[in-house]
Amino acid sequence: MIEIFQYEFMRNALIAAILVSIACGIVGSYVVIKRIVFISGGISHTAFGGIGLGYLLGLNPILTTIPFTIFAALGIGIISKRLRVSEDAAIGILWAVGMALGVIFISLSPGYAPDLFGYLFGSILTVPPFDLIVMLFLDAVIVIVFLLFYREFLAISFDEEFSRVVGIPVGSLYLLLLCLVALSVVVLIRVVGVILVIALLTIPAAISRQFVYNIKKLILLSIFIGMFLTIAGLWLSYILNLASGATIVLVLGTAFLLSSLFKR
Amino acid sequence: MDEIVSLENVSVYFNGVPILEDINLSIKQDDFLAIIGPNGGGKTTLLKVILGLIKPSKGKVKVFGKSPEEGRKLVGYLPQYVSFDPNFPISVFEVVLMGRYKGVLQGFSEEDKNAALNALKIVGMTEFKDRQISELSGGQLQRVFMARAIVREPKLLLLDEPTASIDPEMQKTFYELLQKLKKKMAIILVTHDIGAISVYVDKIACLNRKLFYHGLKDEGLEKLKEAYGCPVELIFHGIPYRFLEGHKD
Repeated sequence: MIEIFQYEFMRNALIAAILVSIACGIVGSYVVIKRIVFISGGISHTAFGGIGLGYLLGLNPILTTIPFTIFAALGIGIISKRLRVSEDAAIGILWAVGMALGVIFISLSPGYAPDLFGYLFGSILTVPPFDLIVMLFLDAVIVIVFLLFYREFLAISFDEEFSRVVGIPVGSLYLLLLCLVALSVVVLIRVVGVILVIALLTIPAAISRQFVYNIKKLILLSIFIGMFLTIAGLWLSYILNLASGATIVLVLGTAFLLSSLFKR
Repeated sequence: MDEIVSLENVSVYFNGVPILEDINLSIKQDDFLAIIGPNGGGKTTLLKVILGLIKPSKGKVKVFGKSPEEGRKLVGYLPQYVSFDPNFPISVFEVVLMGRYKGVLQGFSEEDKNAALNALKIVGMTEFKDRQISELSGGQLQRVFMARAIVREPKLLLLDEPTASIDPEMQKTFYELLQKLKKKMAIILVTHDIGAISVYVDKIACLNRKLFYHGLKDEGLEKLKEAYGCPVELIFHGIPYRFLEGHKD
């Protein structure tokens, strides 16, 4: 297995897997315990609009996706809390509108759209070094925000009403948490693509929470499991010559199934 | 400062439907008040107005002379239902510690941790402090949430149907705990348990959208009928008879 890492693209893929696991471990743990899996799914699909915008403007799609997903996160959060629209309706609307915008942007942009399939379904073997730096930067932001606000995130995930009573600014922190989801979506896009992002945001944390009952342990175990399974998926896709993003997701899914059976 | 909560002409409407109408209420420093009334009579809403969780459509609310959002720093709250995921990764100690939250970027000090341990001791849950909350029974959970309510040493304690989910034996212990706590704080108790009221509580308020009575309990129990709009079964502790009036019509 070691010899495959003599290729630069493999080393980059390994770094990408590690960066992705950190974002998934931290943000994914909250996504699972606060039960915002489908909000996160909505945000990730909306990200396709940001990718389309990148093609249209001739910029790196990873960069244009950052403001786009942040906007989607705030949109879903604000619409569902302030207007008389249920959360799942808000998710559904932004999900479809985001993807439709992406399609329009891409059809308006000149010429052929290279790598489009990679943004949809992931392509961990072709992550360029610049994107790795963006992912590292976003990971740093996620870790810092988490360290500053983990108490509040835990409190609002457990009991929103009581959090409000003790003076936690629940609304703002919920939006901040959704913004962290948005940033982690950007970190993940290169590896599994907008459509499969939700698997990495949920499965490592869903496996881990069967075994640990403490948020810090949950996050650490999720990071570790995410790293192990992503690298295992990467290796399998290499030796079997299969699509990397989909293979990683299937490895995650199989691991979840086995861990649930084992726990039962 | 004698008056700690005051409501003046407070009304709450949800989608045009009146939940509370024209409520005037005054709570003093050493009050132990029970709020009774039928389901849907607005009891929980009244507590949430005092906590600043619900903004009244009309009227003025002062808590410790300030707005409810400011004043609630001195208020402890035990909700009727806490909707949470029973498998949530959090321990008993962490749940109680949350009651000591001071503000963004302010961690918990040794003092906060000691206060949490002390609150767990008061409710008799010290040995459970490291348990994950899914390992507790309904009555034990209730005591943990009680510890969370009193951990900040409030001057006013709001309890919403605290005995609804615990067995009769535990209820007695619970009311004895309240007897101790009432020396340090005012207590407002929303309850159906009229028997307990007759033994432990000093004042009552009868609420069914409007406040029908507010004052000493002895005169007030008579007024219950008016609030419920239907005869109420009264079973007094220590009094060997049941008091049950027939319907008027």
